[in-house]
Amino acid sequence: MSITVRISDDALARACGADELATAFERAGASVERVSSWGMHWLEPLVEIDGIGWGPGTPDRVAEIMAGGAEDLCIGPIAQHPFIAGQQRLTFARAGRTRPLSIDDYAATGGWSGLERARRIGPQAIIEEVTQSGLRGRGGAGFPAGTKWRTVADAPGARKYVVCNADEGDSGTFADRMLIEGDPFQLIEGMAIAALAVGADRGFVYLRSEYPDAIRKLGAALELAAQLIAPFDIELRVGAGAYVCGEETSLLNSLEGKRGEVRAKPPLPAIEGLFGCPTLVNNVLTLAAVPHIVSEGGAELYAALGTGRSRGTMPIQLAGNIRHGGLYETAFGITLRELVCDIGGGTASGQAVKAVQVGGPLGAYIHPDQFDLPFDYEAYAGADALIGHGGVVVFDDTADMGEMARFAFEFCAAESCGKCTPCRIGAVRGAEVIERIRRGERAPGPIELAPQMHNTVKTARGLREQIALLEDLCEVMRDGSLCALGGFTPYPVLSALKHWPQDFAIRALEPSDEL
Amino acid sequence: MHAGREGPLLPILHAVQAEFACVDEAAEKAIAKALNLTRAEVHGVVSFYHDFRAEPDPRPTVQICRAEACQARGVEALMPGAEAAAGDRVRLEAVYCLGLCSAGPAARVGDTLHARLDAETLATVIEQA
Repeated sequence: MSITVRISDDALARACGADELATAFERAGASVERVSSWGMHWLEPLVEIDGIGWGPGTPDRVAEIMAGGAEDLCIGPIAQHPFIAGQQRLTFARAGRTRPLSIDDYAATGGWSGLERARRIGPQAIIEEVTQSGLRGRGGAGFPAGTKWRTVADAPGARKYVVCNADEGDSGTFADRMLIEGDPFQLIEGMAIAALAVGADRGFVYLRSEYPDAIRKLGAALELAAQLIAPFDIELRVGAGAYVCGEETSLLNSLEGKRGEVRAKPPLPAIEGLFGCPTLVNNVLTLAAVPHIVSEGGAELYAALGTGRSRGTMPIQLAGNIRHGGLYETAFGITLRELVCDIGGGTASGQAVKAVQVGGPLGAYIHPDQFDLPFDYEAYAGADALIGHGGVVVFDDTADMGEMARFAFEFCAAESCGKCTPCRIGAVRGAEVIERIRRGERAPGPIELAPQMHNTVKTARGLREQIALLEDLCEVMRDGSLCALGGFTPYPVLSALKHWPQDFAIRALEPSDEL
Repeated sequence: MHAGREGPLLPILHAVQAEFACVDEAAEKAIAKALNLTRAEVHGVVSFYHDFRAEPDPRPTVQICRAEACQARGVEALMPGAEAAAGDRVRLEAVYCLGLCSAGPAARVGDTLHARLDAETLATVIEQA
């Protein structure tokens, strides 16, 4: 009898050599099952034989692993590993356990039961249960999902759409990618339930082009599931490398075949969205949480988890310079100290943690002094930070926070859709001001001295004045931008300035330059 | 193939880019005519997105993730070596996030992804592109 070896076919595992490893096991006579990833990324490619794990596996250790040896790589029973055992996995309940494109595996693990029940209880009851669960939009804004669903359901219109936002562009986030690659039917089921609730007969998934594996798998899954969700119909659309298309109105423009420029709100997409029709736009994780919530007793179970107004679980993504990176789904309320120091095991480089950016490129840099902050939408907002999509990026003490602040502006400038002035111009000017501060330049530049520039300051600016200029600019961007790209870029900039001012004035500190 | 699709421009541009390695002026004109748009409207869309190019580049492309998580794992220190390895033969592009943020630095060549790169392995990826 040949040994069955389970190896993930997740993009990260493949990028770390899972395909070569699988081939080596096949050559050695094992039968290989390609499953989704458990989410313990430092161990990928992880080898599983009868529930026991070895990682990271390499082709030269195949014989040893098959013989039950390779003790230095062995982690024992995977499901009992502290990283897995400590989680509360609802959205990622199947991670590591099923073959992503096996509709049988999906059905055998409770798949489609949410949709079946949804068909029995009808739209009103579905929306009530989603509301009761306390589920909030997982894309970043945290808007109550039930309220949004109700708005779309009540909006007049013969044609309605469900759009899944899978344009996961934030650095440090990969939960959407893992869900789509590892459990695509769950997303499809969630969309079908949403469509039933709001009365839509057509859906789109807008998936970013940077995820080739996810595109391939979701395309295949949609074909396999087409009959099961009919007459609802889902079309996969691939983005084209614009970060701003993760913003919902920009995404709708992109789906319509236009430039991905942000639309002013109102009208809300729930009333006038795709092609002017009422449209439900939800993130992958929001929709993927729905099958569980709509299953028998699921809403109450979901609402029982979490803290304050943040109910249920959040798939948190541990990334950057962290020893034990990966996907950690748990109830809201966990602290950064637990996430980064205990679960994540500190930095991968072994040096001290200097900063943690939560919520992607627009999220604040959090200082280790704030590590007791509970993972909760309101607690983060109160600390001028964001949860965003749940990405946690760790930096060690070699990070230059002045450079990270400059990069935040540079990124915003590169990705701005150009529609509103605070974002389009502010991002460029912001990067320039930080560069001037860091170069130690205090004299006005040639443009400021030009006779046409009536309102510019003609005398040299001290460091303090330049910092004030930077803070002013951030205020304008925060209050005046049309969407979160310009509006939230001040978060990383101001948090870096607040906690690590020494990283900004690296040269030419004058006596008047005391911060 | 795209007839009857709602909002078909982006899928069409992807197909043209994949076939011809660019979306040039002639393609813009043809698409505009077929969709009853002005060429300016089509050009506006083509130039908005990073994935579409105005002219083909015969060189192989290696995309290197330069976003925060890969920066935290040291991608910037690898760039001088990467540029030396690429020379004039390979086109290096910055990409903002391949979703391999716990195992960076990461790179993409075609549809193949590479993670946990160091100076040596990145140079090999570039040389083999």
